[in-house]
Amino acid sequence: MEYFVIIISAIFVNNIVLAQFLGICPFVGVSGKISTSVGMSGAVMFVMTIATIVTWLIQDLVLIPLNIGFLQTITFILVIAALVQMVEIILKKVSPPLYAALGVFLPLITTNCAVLGVAILTVQKDFNLMEGVVFAIASAIGFGLAMILFAGLREHMDLMEPPKGMKGVPVALVTAGILALAFMGFTGMV
Amino acid sequence: MKNFTKGFIKENPVFVLLLGLCPTLGVTTSAINGLGMGLATTFVLIGSNVVVSLVKNLIPDKVRIPAFIVIIASFVTIVELVMQAYMPALFDQLGLFIPLIVVNCIVLGRAEAFASKETTASSAIDGLGMGLGFSFALTLLGAVREILGSGAIFNFKFMEADGMLVFVLAPGAFIALGYLIAIINRINKKA
Repeated sequence: MEYFVIIISAIFVNNIVLAQFLGICPFVGVSGKISTSVGMSGAVMFVMTIATIVTWLIQDLVLIPLNIGFLQTITFILVIAALVQMVEIILKKVSPPLYAALGVFLPLITTNCAVLGVAILTVQKDFNLMEGVVFAIASAIGFGLAMILFAGLREHMDLMEPPKGMKGVPVALVTAGILALAFMGFTGMV
Repeated sequence: MKNFTKGFIKENPVFVLLLGLCPTLGVTTSAINGLGMGLATTFVLIGSNVVVSLVKNLIPDKVRIPAFIVIIASFVTIVELVMQAYMPALFDQLGLFIPLIVVNCIVLGRAEAFASKETTASSAIDGLGMGLGFSFALTLLGAVREILGSGAIFNFKFMEADGMLVFVLAPGAFIALGYLIAIINRINKKA
């Protein structure tokens, strides 16, 4: 039951993009086509899950016993940056097709605040390792859901003619606002 | 002088370059929060720009990005600890977005694009200008949302009515920013 609440809350109620404003850069930047947003979501899920496990272990086994919790920000970002590089190298060797699908998105993920955000939130919410993993996966699904829905909307928007000043990003942001409005309907579900 | 003023309208990090949108949307529920976040980011920007320009010749090219990240993260930690000690209320409001200054693309972007090539003095001015441009954008967006959402500005209530709640909530952030960017686009084209 506990896990169920975490999953529903992370995907719908507190959607990481539309309610918590994490990972807006890729949300606006690479959501032009459905296919690229699927690739980006896959890469984010991959990195987010691994990063949450590693940072949770570091927090629990290194930072807390040594009483250096104030180094959390520095440690986490370095770990995530190193991790992204490592995942890229390993993926290239082990699974070329997966690398071909996710490869271009991996370097972008280091500066995706959703990954660092979820790692810090996991620590802040006092999740245990298993809950943290579930939370990370559910957050990534929420990210993917928002991203793919938004890409679908944007593909349709290409066909219409907005006022001149609104073209491009402004109209996309207003659309995202309306999408966020729809997600607000989930408030109070959990 | 040009390095200083370009951050406001012409190369405004939020409205024109579209960098750092996460904190922009996340913390601007009121003007004061926007201003606080903007100033915190400004401090990190100036600090990291100065240090990066000082050590740019010592860092091997291959490891420059991780080195920049460590410098930035150190300044973010300073901000985090200072705010926690002296401004606990604001710190609670901004919450997660303070550590997330590390991954704000503006900071790394300026370190890489400007501070790693220019002199220390002009890097400091660039950091100050960009930071104030960012603060300006956040305060403006926060003010718009606060006025429309709760009929107040800088916590000073000037309307009896409650305003449109949606602008304080998540969807209003996207919609308000969308229209602000449209207006800035219009101004820039005329200039």
